[in-house]
Amino acid sequence: MAFNLPTISRRGLARLGAAAATVAAVGAVKEAAAQGAAGTIKVGILHSLSGTMAISETTLKDVMTMLIEQQNAKGGLLGKKLEAVVVDPASNWPLFAEKARQLISVDKCAATFGCWTSVSRKSVLPVFEELNSILFYPVQYEGQECSRNVFYTGAAPNQQAIPAVDYLMKENKVQRWVLAGTDYVYPRTTNQILEAYLIAKGVAKEDIMINYTPFGHSDWQNIVASIKKFGSAGKKTAVVSTINGDANVPFYKELGNQGIKATDIPVVAFSVGEEELAGIDTKPLVGHLAAWNYFMSVDNADNKKFIDAWHKFTGKPKRTTNDPMEAHYIGFNMWVKAVEAAGTTASDAVIDEMIGVSVPNLSGGYSAMMPNHHITKPVLIGEIQADGQINAVSTTPGLVVAQEWSPYVADTKDLIGDWRAPLKCGAFNVKTGQCSTGKKA
Amino acid sequence: MCRLFAAFLFALLAALPVGARADQVTEAVAALASPGFDSVRAGVEQLSYSGHPRAAAIIGALQAGKLFVRTDKALFVKQDDGEFADALSGEVAQPGGLKQVRVNNSVRGAIDAALGVLRLFAPDAAARREAAEAVFKSHDPAALPALEKVLATETNAGAKLKMEQARAAAVLASPDSAEADRVAAVAVLRLRGDIEARGFLASLSGQPQSVTEAIVTAITGIDRMAQAWSVAQSVYYGLSLGSVLLLAAAGLAITFGVMGVINMAHGEMVMIGAYTTFVVQQFMRANTPGLYGASLLVAIPMAFLVSGAVGVAIERLLIRWLYGRPLETLLATWGLSLGLQQAVRSIFGANNKDVDTPGWMSGATELGGLTLTWNRMYIILFSIAVLASLMGALRYTSLGLRMRAVTQNRRMAAAMGIRTPWIDALTFGLGSGVAGMAGVALSQIDNVSPNLGQSYIIDSFMVVVFGGVGNLWGTTLGALTLGIVNKFLEPVAGAVMAKIVVLVLLILFIQRRPRGMFPLKGRAVES
Repeated sequence: MAFNLPTISRRGLARLGAAAATVAAVGAVKEAAAQGAAGTIKVGILHSLSGTMAISETTLKDVMTMLIEQQNAKGGLLGKKLEAVVVDPASNWPLFAEKARQLISVDKCAATFGCWTSVSRKSVLPVFEELNSILFYPVQYEGQECSRNVFYTGAAPNQQAIPAVDYLMKENKVQRWVLAGTDYVYPRTTNQILEAYLIAKGVAKEDIMINYTPFGHSDWQNIVASIKKFGSAGKKTAVVSTINGDANVPFYKELGNQGIKATDIPVVAFSVGEEELAGIDTKPLVGHLAAWNYFMSVDNADNKKFIDAWHKFTGKPKRTTNDPMEAHYIGFNMWVKAVEAAGTTASDAVIDEMIGVSVPNLSGGYSAMMPNHHITKPVLIGEIQADGQINAVSTTPGLVVAQEWSPYVADTKDLIGDWRAPLKCGAFNVKTGQCSTGKKA
Repeated sequence: MCRLFAAFLFALLAALPVGARADQVTEAVAALASPGFDSVRAGVEQLSYSGHPRAAAIIGALQAGKLFVRTDKALFVKQDDGEFADALSGEVAQPGGLKQVRVNNSVRGAIDAALGVLRLFAPDAAARREAAEAVFKSHDPAALPALEKVLATETNAGAKLKMEQARAAAVLASPDSAEADRVAAVAVLRLRGDIEARGFLASLSGQPQSVTEAIVTAITGIDRMAQAWSVAQSVYYGLSLGSVLLLAAAGLAITFGVMGVINMAHGEMVMIGAYTTFVVQQFMRANTPGLYGASLLVAIPMAFLVSGAVGVAIERLLIRWLYGRPLETLLATWGLSLGLQQAVRSIFGANNKDVDTPGWMSGATELGGLTLTWNRMYIILFSIAVLASLMGALRYTSLGLRMRAVTQNRRMAAAMGIRTPWIDALTFGLGSGVAGMAGVALSQIDNVSPNLGQSYIIDSFMVVVFGGVGNLWGTTLGALTLGIVNKFLEPVAGAVMAKIVVLVLLILFIQRRPRGMFPLKGRAVES
């Protein structure tokens, strides 16, 4: 089921166009299919452009369009032009699966870049596996997954959460931990891993407080007061926040109002980036931390070039860049390299070529695709500044290799993912020698 | 007189040792100018004890992000007028190739501590009090001589108390204080009795036996007090949540409670009020920056008018065709709410809008063991004012009289010459306007986004149904009860569980009393 549209007859093409017209909700798709595929390679972009996630995901659609445009300006790929097929799954998880199927079966996209929330990724995963296509997933996530058809260009927990905890332990001598999160899969899994990690590091159970709040929680009085009380036990306390989205704003506001400063109880957040800070008065937040693999403030030539191109492309000289954008930048360049090496866009060939590909990242080094389909990354810990930027205060000396299965969770501590030739398994149990889950290729 | 003396002392203290510690200053500047947060931190500490006259100015500039370093390691302070001044001499200079000296949390901590010591002798009592509090937080034993010195002359009672507490903390932290002094210090901190004092006492280790015992008793005492206060604190949180619910539901109590219209777009009226606040702030920032501090006060009537006007328009164009058809009203207003959200999203963009909180609404005040945050306090007062004026309007104005007449007996009212369709429109407009004012309050504690209203619509209906449809007092009591129950459940059950429990309790209550806490009685209701 390779990419062989050029052999289709004109009538077949017309039929395909008609079929697409009936299925597609988006006008662009019809046009794309009708144009035919004589000289283009299609790239699917599966990001919500409406609904609650639109705030974050629209930027990623834009950056993909920009990258594709740049690649075409360089002469395209394998002598063909790239063509972006944009669909809008509207922050609706089942619709993600539907749109993914459309991108693969109807539009014949060679690869798809998309998804933000873990639940949307879980929703499209079976589609990509069934139709054997490729998905690039650009967001930091909870790990515990390793699919042959997905390339995870965002951070696994050990590339974000655990280094952040290590930093606080070392630099601020933190001994008591509040794990605060929104009540859904990413914070719960991350906190499960973090709790196991802290206990392994010798933190007593009563020195860990775990708190979950609903999406969009706005009344933080009680919770902030209890954090304050928890922090008065005479040990340095920090909050590890997996609070998602705009609930962060009233949370930080309440911290400020109750007089908790970053020097008293620092908050390290995993879901707050430049884009989220853009609409907030950041003065009360100064000194609180964020852990990512890229900050807009990173000072090097590649990053400057990227930011300049981004500002020119969007026509807005103040648009921020952020970590998931960098992940797409890396993922796209890796895919281009792998396709060039394979000489085709056929999924199986590209998937095999992807492993070992290494491209420059924007924080001043190279990222490589590992056999577990995750990439190596530097980890940056930054402090929020009054101007809404995040300045790195700590950078890991080398690159961190992702642990797709957490060694701190009993169920997964013996699992590894390795999609290279002899093993070809996403969840290989090194104790039993069995490939427990994940389809064999 | 005293102030003058203190200022004199300050000048004396600052001026005296300059020559003597020149090395220290050079060292401190070199440390500040070298990369790495540890050396900057060391530089701050050295500079604060160097006695250099510009130490406070330099450290203050570092705190504000206005300290820059040149390639040859000379330091410059960026002044308010944008000019640069040499950090040590204070002379204006035109240096090139400057880089900002960056700070992190540990440097920030050192800055707070250093400025605390340096400002202990400030002429202003409030500044001295703040400085003493900063020293308390850093509890640096090196600050002890300065504390003793300033305590000898301090006359302001508030400042003196804070200084004594700071001294107590420093005494306990110092390795060479006498045992009796330590016990006395514990007593001072026990009297302070707040969460910071508890945290500091709990962090002490390696104290002599008698001191450790005193500390344990002090902590138990503080905890017992905190336990008692925490009940009052939860009541305050509950009142505050209740007042927010009341604000959101008061408008609905009119449109749904009095008129019987199931208005799913009620939340969007709140949202429009919040966006009006945003627009008013933008407008005032651009045109009348002098009055910017009062922007919220201007926004309140504006939000009432804008949301009220939208409400009247909705009633005239949509709802009046649907009276007596609740299901259609529900669906139509639900569609309308989605339409309004999308309209706002198209006009203002999908991102949240940043509505400023004025200075007088930030921060908190302590009342005994209670922490009262200002923003919540003002919202409680505001909701009382809104409720009072709403009740007044219904009871004492002629419009209110007509409203009551129309809702109680429409045909009779019409027969008396009241233009009932207009009264319907105005009543709906009043309810919507009140929702708009709620939006002003919510813009201070929640995100101003197109989805703002959605998160309050369910709560609003809960409050109105619980309190008893058509009864403003019932709505008030309903809101406060739900708020307080929620806040007492939250620490026990967690935020998510608390919401579920409240909902289940409410359903059970409605089973027992379908008309809510205060049902309306009489023939009008039965018919």
